[in-house]
Amino acid sequence: MTDTRSRGRFGRHGGQYIPETLMNAVIELEEAYDRYKDDPAFNQELTDLLNDYAGRPSRLYYAEKMTKDLGGAKIYLKREDLNHTGAHKINNVLGQALLARKMGKTRLIAETGAGQHGVATATAAALMGMECVVFMGVKDTERQALNVYKMKLLGADVVPVNSGTGTLKDAVSEAMREWTSRIADTHYCLGSVMGPHPFPTIVRDFQSVISRELKAQMLEKEGRLPDAVIACVGGGSNAIGSFYNFIDDPDVRLIGCEAAGRGIDTFEAAATINTGREGIFHGMKSYFCQDEYGQIAPVYSISAGLDYPGIGPEHAWLHDIGRAEYVAITDDEAVNAFEYLSRTEGIIPAIESAHALAYAMKLAPTLPKDRILAVTISGRGDKDCAAIARYRGEDIHE
Amino acid sequence: MSKISEAFNNGKAFIPFITCGDPDLETTKDIVCEMAGRGADLIELGIPFSDPTAEGPVIQAANLRALQGGVTTDQIFQMARELREDRGLTLPLVFMTYANVVYSYGTDRFCAQAQAAGIDGLILPDVPYEERPDFTPACGAHGLDLIAMVAPTSEDRIGMIAREAEGFIYVVSSLGVTGTRTAITTDIGAIVRIIRSVTDVPCAVGFGISTPDQARRMAQASDGAIVGSAIVKQVAALGREAVPAIGDYVQSMKDAIRDL
Repeated sequence: MTDTRSRGRFGRHGGQYIPETLMNAVIELEEAYDRYKDDPAFNQELTDLLNDYAGRPSRLYYAEKMTKDLGGAKIYLKREDLNHTGAHKINNVLGQALLARKMGKTRLIAETGAGQHGVATATAAALMGMECVVFMGVKDTERQALNVYKMKLLGADVVPVNSGTGTLKDAVSEAMREWTSRIADTHYCLGSVMGPHPFPTIVRDFQSVISRELKAQMLEKEGRLPDAVIACVGGGSNAIGSFYNFIDDPDVRLIGCEAAGRGIDTFEAAATINTGREGIFHGMKSYFCQDEYGQIAPVYSISAGLDYPGIGPEHAWLHDIGRAEYVAITDDEAVNAFEYLSRTEGIIPAIESAHALAYAMKLAPTLPKDRILAVTISGRGDKDCAAIARYRGEDIHE
Repeated sequence: MSKISEAFNNGKAFIPFITCGDPDLETTKDIVCEMAGRGADLIELGIPFSDPTAEGPVIQAANLRALQGGVTTDQIFQMARELREDRGLTLPLVFMTYANVVYSYGTDRFCAQAQAAGIDGLILPDVPYEERPDFTPACGAHGLDLIAMVAPTSEDRIGMIAREAEGFIYVVSSLGVTGTRTAITTDIGAIVRIIRSVTDVPCAVGFGISTPDQARRMAQASDGAIVGSAIVKQVAALGREAVPAIGDYVQSMKDAIRDL
């Protein structure tokens, strides 16, 4: 970039496209993060929380039955679903909550799609004695009712968002609006590698524990790096966390799996890299699903966590430079993978993670048996059972 | 001096905002002409955006109504051209919209079209000082002032922002999004004094102003008052019939601040 006053760029993506009212808040956050990120006491406190409270390190599991059934590359699963609160989201939330507390903030606000980030934020707020308000699209409160109950049980207020499409993007917009009206005591605990700088960097750093562990575990089990790392991408936090420590290993393919909904040739998809174009929204320059006049598209996916019309700026850059590949997986393929892993390995994955599995199921049989795929299971699928049952025409009541 | 400075030659400036295409562009044209005839000094024309993150519920709903009515950026350029050519409107006009509406259209192409349509400036609430270089070259090439915003939280940033300001400076009255408020507690005078120490560019205060009394207090401390939601509310309630009521309202607001 020739422009030196814009901060937080990944190639031409990123930046800080937010109202002036929030600028000093993000600058304060950046300064606090720069102060604490290499602070041994802060990092020890975070590591203790991640290990003793969240249950890290997460396991790297060799899915032997799945591997044999598919008849190709060896498949390993990075089990973020085993974390406390059932997903990778807790990695970032514990880091941000700790940072917010150091900054003297007493209140956390967050957006949530599937509810996993909302539950993680409500959990951290309960643990640290902070107030918590979670914004959630009204449509998502309906399809993820269990997580709404969990957040309330944990002491959070859940605000259903009626504006726009009533999904994740609207929850982000509403959380940003709330932050502009109350900054002094409030930290916006953003759940993905998106939004204005420094969020994409902070969230990536806190999630990079996934690839740090994965690399060491793979070296221990196989004595070498995987041939590909596969993860699902909405905003892209579990994917960037899974990719980050492999970016400088050019022989490791990095594959992000986007939600193609009912197909990328339909209007009912959320596959940003596959169907979007460059734009500026939610504080960042990146790729977005939008119409010819820049109106943000009402995206769709069966997965509330991937139902977002944009992608984090670092992914946009990894795509631009050809370092990572982004493929599209339909609802049907994801649901099949959801059922397949449940039956084959006895692991019920989140429908988001099932998008990554679905691609692994396509790729593995095309590769020789000495190749290795690492698939991040970003979360557990309990929250999705009712919706998948409905997708299959069975009405169950939780 | 840009044409926008003319807006500040008639006493304190009254600057109304309207969302284009709510409920339709013919009504927008009638409202704009009525406001111009009843004392508006500069008019902000809102180009609707699907996800207006700096707006409160009133203007969010107006954006939605306009987009559901099918309005596009190209139609709004055409409307502005007609206001200048057919209706002989001469007061300064600025577009208020979001970064993506401009960027996605092609920033240079957008600014060229805006200039051809007789627009004098651009307000982008999601483009702070740091990101202005994405837009200033095209704005400069096409004679548009990129209006800078200063907020109650700007503090040490005010001088830096004001030094590069052009047209006028939009002083955000209070925290939060657009919409009417019962009380504004920010010390606007203190912000304006800092601005004054580095630039002569006029300052107008917006966000939360709805009554003549609020306008008077904000304009006393600055060079003018900006009102959006209170006007858009009338459109929401009365639709095409809102024109005379908005005219009366604009006149009452301008009368309240004219001779301060």
